[in-house]
Amino acid sequence: MLSLVRSLWEVFRHAFARRVTVQYPEEKPYLAPRYRGRIVLTKDPDGGERCVACNLCAVACPVDCISLQATEDEHGRRYPEFFRINFSRCIFCGYCEEACPTYAIQLTPDFEMGEYKRQNLVYEKDDLQIEGPGKYPDYNFWRVAGVAIGGKDKGEAENEIAPVDTHSLMP
Amino acid sequence: MTWNLFPLVIIAVVLFVVLNLAAGLIWVERRLLALWQDRYGPNRVGPFGLGQVVADSVKMFTKEDWVPPFADRPVFVLAPAIIVATALLSFAVVPFSPGFVVADLDIGILFLLAMSSLGVYSVVLAGWASNNKYSLLGGIRAAAQMLSYEVFMGLSLLGVVMLAGSFRISHIVEAQRGLWFVVPQFLGFVLFLIAAVAETRRLPFDLAEAESELIAGFHSEYSGMKFGMFFVGEYLGVILISATIALLFFGGWLGPVLPGPVWFAAKTLFFICLFILFRAALPRPRFDQLMSWGWKVMLPLALLNLLATGAVVLART
Repeated sequence: MLSLVRSLWEVFRHAFARRVTVQYPEEKPYLAPRYRGRIVLTKDPDGGERCVACNLCAVACPVDCISLQATEDEHGRRYPEFFRINFSRCIFCGYCEEACPTYAIQLTPDFEMGEYKRQNLVYEKDDLQIEGPGKYPDYNFWRVAGVAIGGKDKGEAENEIAPVDTHSLMP
Repeated sequence: MTWNLFPLVIIAVVLFVVLNLAAGLIWVERRLLALWQDRYGPNRVGPFGLGQVVADSVKMFTKEDWVPPFADRPVFVLAPAIIVATALLSFAVVPFSPGFVVADLDIGILFLLAMSSLGVYSVVLAGWASNNKYSLLGGIRAAAQMLSYEVFMGLSLLGVVMLAGSFRISHIVEAQRGLWFVVPQFLGFVLFLIAAVAETRRLPFDLAEAESELIAGFHSEYSGMKFGMFFVGEYLGVILISATIALLFFGGWLGPVLPGPVWFAAKTLFFICLFILFRAALPRPRFDQLMSWGWKVMLPLALLNLLATGAVVLART
């Protein structure tokens, strides 16, 4: 019986406690830089597309919400012809970001994506592409990759030595 | 002509105040619960979220009024009306200030108890007519609980009646001019408070609707405004019981400086808030615990209180 009175008192004291509610639209919560929100496609520091249309993100996606079509430009660089994310399916798990070999696909601290029409949640490449390198400002996939590509031959990448001429045994 | 019209005015005012208060209690309860749980509660619609009352009412009125095909239709429809009707009828004997009462019956307390007992029909019939096992279980619980708590509810009030020497509520209030009855009748007050919570089926004694066990108990099958009637009836019960406690134990409209109705309203509101605090703080007892408490602890205590009060009153005369 006395414990009931005590719990009444303890609960009553909460009338003077700080409220934990965050008054959301007026008061925005702090979101960590690595918060997993709206997905973006980033660009190189040079302004080129990072995505090489390898399809790894689409494979990693547990809900199959990413679809893309690979194509090549005149220099032999792969890029996606279209890149589509259905955000009404996306669960923001971040597996696509983990799978991406070029840091192209990244999740951002933004979750305010409300729409009145479901169709509007399907984001095309234009909606996803941003003009910046995202979380990796200095990374340029083509500058560190060993493949020969238009404008960059083998051995010309960063931290790369010229290829060994296997026909010559001279040291 | 004016003497003929005055009771009608009183009835209109009482109905207006009580029904609006019952609707407003939805907001009060949600805000207070939120306050005690360190939240805000509804605070978006209108100033302080008061528009929530309007929004809720509109929603309730425009919802589909569905009667399940397996239900006993006439009884199903009648049940929610009973609870509101009995609660509103009880307000007839509640004096808001000297003279401002619909009917100052000389059996006021008995009428009050009778009406709150009739209220159990609503719950039992609703549970029965729904033709649903959870509803029926809720109805059975309500019947057993209210019958057993009714007994010492009446007995705990008899001490007050003895001290005042009258069943008329305005006499009882006037008898408290020197000292509120909560002091000489503290045990009676505690017993009545517990019985009152059980009688209004409020938490922690809401076994009739026990969401965690019985879906919503007796009103599982109800929707739309029929459900709303149960809601209003419950809040009317809370207001009624709070007003009764204020009248019988805390001197009703008696108080210094402020006018009578203000004191009465303040005291009533205090007990309404206490009811909500009960809901915020206390866990629901098991059904057998509830029953054994009622019969083995509360009833003997009420009888003892009755005997002691009677002895004191006799010794004085």
